[in-house]
Amino acid sequence: MEKVMKVQLEATLESQSLARAVAAAYVAEMDPTIDELTEIKTAVSEAVANVAIHGYPEGTKGMMWLEFGRIAADTVMIKVIDKGVGIENIARAMEPLYTTAEGETCSGMGFTVMESFMDKIKVDSKPEEGTCVTMIKKLDTYYGF
Amino acid sequence: MEIIYEISQDALIAELFGEMDHHSAEKIRTDIDGMIEEYGSKNLIFDFGRVTFMDSSGIGIVLGRYKKRQAEGGKVVIVDCEPRIRNILNMAGIFSLMKYMDTKEEALDYLQRKEVS
Repeated sequence: MEKVMKVQLEATLESQSLARAVAAAYVAEMDPTIDELTEIKTAVSEAVANVAIHGYPEGTKGMMWLEFGRIAADTVMIKVIDKGVGIENIARAMEPLYTTAEGETCSGMGFTVMESFMDKIKVDSKPEEGTCVTMIKKLDTYYGF
Repeated sequence: MEIIYEISQDALIAELFGEMDHHSAEKIRTDIDGMIEEYGSKNLIFDFGRVTFMDSSGIGIVLGRYKKRQAEGGKVVIVDCEPRIRNILNMAGIFSLMKYMDTKEEALDYLQRKEVS
């Protein structure tokens, strides 16, 4: 993996817009289309919201890490990592419309959005140890300059 | 995120400006609900034309407002979404529940038409 960048952020919803801006800045160098850029920003936004809402027990302040890298000249890999409570049933968590959050604005569609906007998504998680969401996207219109 | 409201006939038109994410969602939700309560609007029109970014929190906002309007015999119409935002809303089947229109004028016509018949 090349051009690795690692960013540490507070695991709060306030970090959402900053995380999007960081993702956009990293990917901008790869000459994405506006559509690709928005898709990546949206996927990162969802992953960060998941950490902020579900990652740590309520009332505790946790951190999260965003890792960026290129696995090929035209392919970006983004990891969103936390050391929080973990996910017990990953398959269930990824089901469309499934949510454990009580807030009305949580629709249970976060992973579905990530899956449809990125080429590949993988979730590694262990209860009480944390979660790592890995997302990969190939930029179709890479011209190589 | 800013919202500009317009009251027209028996509908509240909420024109959303800027970025819509889980962070801003709670404020948008309470803001719109407060306006509906204050003006007693039966129907709600979401105008997404000026939304520059939206994640899945938008689904929750729209669905939550839909349930409330429906319980009171009202309707929700969504107007002017760019393709990606429409795509996100579509993932949750939003448009099988409520109408999409290109402009708020069309939406108002639609709401009026249904009233008469």
